[in-house]
Amino acid sequence: MIQTENLGKRYGRFDAVAGLNLKVAPGQVLALLGPNGAGKTTSMRMIAGFLRPSSGRAVVCGHDVVRDPVAARRALGYLPEGAPSYGELAVAEFLNFAARVRGLTGITGARRMDEMVERLQLQPVLAQTIETLSKGYRRRVCLAQALLHDPPALILDEPTDGLDPNQQREVHALIRGMARDRAIVVSTHALDEVRAACNRVAIVAHGRLRVEGTPAELEKRSRYHHAVSFRAPASALARELLARQPEVETVEVDPVDARVTVFPRAGSEIFQIVVKLLEEQRVRVEELQLERGRLEDVFRQVTDEASTETPVAA
Amino acid sequence: MNARASAAVDRAGRGRAFRGVFLRELHGYLITPVAWLFVVIFLLSAGAFTFYLGAFFERGQADLDPFFRFHPWLYLVLVPALAMRLWAEERRSGTLELLLTMPIRPWQAVVAKFLAAWVYIGSALALTFPMWLTVNYLGHPDNGVILASYIGSFLMAGAFLAISECLSVLTRSQVIAFILALAVCFLFLLAGDPLVQQPLLALGSGRVADGLANLSLLAHFQAIARGVLDFGDIAYFVLTIVFWLAANVLILDARRGG
Repeated sequence: MIQTENLGKRYGRFDAVAGLNLKVAPGQVLALLGPNGAGKTTSMRMIAGFLRPSSGRAVVCGHDVVRDPVAARRALGYLPEGAPSYGELAVAEFLNFAARVRGLTGITGARRMDEMVERLQLQPVLAQTIETLSKGYRRRVCLAQALLHDPPALILDEPTDGLDPNQQREVHALIRGMARDRAIVVSTHALDEVRAACNRVAIVAHGRLRVEGTPAELEKRSRYHHAVSFRAPASALARELLARQPEVETVEVDPVDARVTVFPRAGSEIFQIVVKLLEEQRVRVEELQLERGRLEDVFRQVTDEASTETPVAA
Repeated sequence: MNARASAAVDRAGRGRAFRGVFLRELHGYLITPVAWLFVVIFLLSAGAFTFYLGAFFERGQADLDPFFRFHPWLYLVLVPALAMRLWAEERRSGTLELLLTMPIRPWQAVVAKFLAAWVYIGSALALTFPMWLTVNYLGHPDNGVILASYIGSFLMAGAFLAISECLSVLTRSQVIAFILALAVCFLFLLAGDPLVQQPLLALGSGRVADGLANLSLLAHFQAIARGVLDFGDIAYFVLTIVFWLAANVLILDARRGG
């Protein structure tokens, strides 16, 4: 369980993070989204015990990170921003170091290490010095360090940054696999990662939590939610007619791929209406889709709203 | 598990964490060129100074005074060079975040780093044993004085090291860490010297000058090197080390608040 209560970090008169309340239970993977400088990394650093909060508190598995730091850290696996590691060490040496500091010795330690090496496919580089590795390997080495002691709580700051699509999928599978009995917080800029690995989303902007919910709940806030999009070579008349329907808010055509999107008025269901009208007009539809809503859209909406407010300052 | 047993497990866990950092640091010295350079230069220049500047043979005395006389000056340059990366490098590469979010207390990290470096310097010092063999071959030196001098030299290296480690935490730049450490070590080395004393006396602060004179590393080292293992001199070095390590912990801790 990872929990923050009114967590805040102030630099001078600037609130990097303010009044952050999060609760991540075992089984939940929370995606922390937000523009650069929104306070994601600062928040994670406070939960991990690297930065001391200016206000509020953070609790990891029942241990206050300030008052009981060693117990809190023992329960936590942490991948810091940029996945730092000791470049002069070989991968095996680095993991050995992490295992020793975590008190993983003997057979248990060796078994955990083998497991991580296999899951993160580090076998080919075990004897290589870390500074000679590619960015993707380095990230996975640091990730291995975070998972080594099989912690019940995990904080991963951009775990897939710099990985190729296959490696990303592997890490997503790893996160999903671990999620069952762990509380996990993942920060990311890749919104498809949210769908692939997370079951909760929190969007922060200007140091404050703006929205929190399941991905489906957030998608409902998108104007694309329950919109209908289709592609058809000649649909000018149909578009005119669709725009005049009382349930339809507006009709947009994507200038690049000519995809038509019909947006409903609030609370209206328009799928059947669109299908019927297209049939009546004998439009040859190549493809038709009921939109779930787009996280990109919600993200932009939420962060735009946040930036039109007066900046958070005391 | 009752509270006492859990506390014992806790202590054992912390001991392992401490040992983990200590061993990693020590291992780091064995695989980094800077550290080997330290040993080579230390041994070469210790030898060269002894025989050329110290006129080891010409003096015709069976002692190691010409050898130990130059230790403060060797340490002055070499210890800050060895210690400059201790924290600056961790801060620059971001591993500080990794280290300080592991289940270890900041003071343990500070002391583990210090001990590893001190052991390393101690090993370099121990490798000067041919000097001792030579002087015993050539004559009948007072080995008690030599032992005291070795202890004094090791303690002085520790003091330089504690100062340098503490200053390394102030910056991400190893160069700045080096220059800062060099300057402060120089000041402490010569605290009793006219170079430092006269400006203070000129300012009319005789008390400060006296107080500072008592802090002179050089004076305390020379006292021990004469063969007198005085409690005051040893306490001076130990307190200096403890003071700078404590300052190191405080600075490290203050940085996480800001």
